[in-house]
Amino acid sequence: MVAAGLTKDAVEIAPGVHWVGALDPHLRSFDIILKTANGTSYNAYVVRGEHGVAIIDTVKENFADDFFRRLESVARYDEITTIVLNHLEPDHSGALPELLKRAPQAKVYLSSRAQMMLKALLKPSGEKPPEYIPVTTDDEVDLGGRTLRFLHTPYLHWPDTQCTYLVEDGLLFTGDIFGCHFCDARLFNDRVGDFRFSFEYYYAHIMRPFREYVLDAVALIEPLDLNLIAPAHGPILRHQPRDYVHRYRELATPRLFNEARSEKTLVVFYISAYGNTRRMAEALAAGAETIGGVRVSLYDLEGGESGIFTDLIEEADGLAFGSPTINADAVKPIWDVLSSLTTVNVKGKLGAAFGSYGWSGEAVRLIEDRLRGLKLRVPVDGLRIKLVPDSGELEQCRLLGEQLARHLTGQVEHREIDFSQLQASTA
Amino acid sequence: MPKAKVTFEDIGVSVTVPAGTRLIEVSEKVGAGITYGCREGECCTCLTKIISGGENLAPPSVLEDQVLKDNMAPRGHRLACQAQILSGDIVVKPA
Repeated sequence: MVAAGLTKDAVEIAPGVHWVGALDPHLRSFDIILKTANGTSYNAYVVRGEHGVAIIDTVKENFADDFFRRLESVARYDEITTIVLNHLEPDHSGALPELLKRAPQAKVYLSSRAQMMLKALLKPSGEKPPEYIPVTTDDEVDLGGRTLRFLHTPYLHWPDTQCTYLVEDGLLFTGDIFGCHFCDARLFNDRVGDFRFSFEYYYAHIMRPFREYVLDAVALIEPLDLNLIAPAHGPILRHQPRDYVHRYRELATPRLFNEARSEKTLVVFYISAYGNTRRMAEALAAGAETIGGVRVSLYDLEGGESGIFTDLIEEADGLAFGSPTINADAVKPIWDVLSSLTTVNVKGKLGAAFGSYGWSGEAVRLIEDRLRGLKLRVPVDGLRIKLVPDSGELEQCRLLGEQLARHLTGQVEHREIDFSQLQASTA
Repeated sequence: MPKAKVTFEDIGVSVTVPAGTRLIEVSEKVGAGITYGCREGECCTCLTKIISGGENLAPPSVLEDQVLKDNMAPRGHRLACQAQILSGDIVVKPA
């Protein structure tokens, strides 16, 4: 971290608007899943109006002293009328219980979905929840000569997330959106070191699974007059803030034109020790191809890396995984792919499993369970074939491909079944 | 035992179930597109549109009602992990 220039007091980012956050230069991993090579920052802000003072977010609990010291350098607790919670994750709400004790008169503004989280956060303190007001897009708070206007931007990256726009100044407080884990006491994007990698790394790990919501949020933000973006982590974006909005739009948009966009896409992944599961995969793919409106891709997991497959999976409408069973389990390359999908949204995609086995054949059911766990829909029972598939069994594979393609294209014939059949098939 | 019929419109499957079955018990087994998170009525992931036959489901509990309100669920929506099928015909699809 570069510490030059940072005092223990608040830092003015615009007239009457101060940064009162904290720096955490020694953090090396965040939420277990992210590396933070030079630490991070927890950004909180104070906005002064003629009638009152607003606090926008707080900091992680063990940095509360820094937050309160900086806050006290620009405002008294009895002046605080408004607390805005753009995101309730503990790294931004850690100092909230103490702040509520010091400024009990303040009203809390949060998104509708943040209400239950607020109650859960305040549980250990035993305190009665403060007066809180759920807000959504275009709701406003008048601070006297200054207006806070809210933007409903959910799932970036929790259900509760929102942005807050300081109308008269063109300042946007964005929570984790446009943030990054980059700790530099020079604070502003035109003064800190090169943080571009951190910005994109943060997007890839935190925001990418929610890219449809990113595009919704960007559409709300783009029409605003923007002089500065104040995120909850990393540099404050005062130089060309709109570039970062534009970059989010680019990152949330598929890179190459999808030639199969007018069709449904089915990607068949397989791995095969003796060629049996491969033959099943080929037959399944051939069957699916016979149904109009479906574009099939076939990939051998042995010939690729999970990062590339993640990109493919993000774009696909349907996914079929083929694995032999070795020692009562699917093989590691399958699990490598299926455990690397937290950065993309797979909810609601069509999933299926198949595989050849020699002895007990657990792999197919285990893969199906994982697919359901990832929130894929698995409407067709997987196919297990003992050792070498014969022509009749390859025909079953083709039929499975056809069924999957029909599900993808909405051509499934209506079926009536009894609940007992379902229980028997999953026993 | 009294029976009811639930139809999952997104996959074109109707299932005859014993009265008292929860939607989650059927939809997962049949592979419908309703997806689940906490499975305890808190996260609202399994929000489901009841196209018809809503009166054939047990009324929402206080908890479910609160979660539906907190998440601004439109009228005619239920949590599939909570909704219990009582009788008659019900048609559902993912919200």
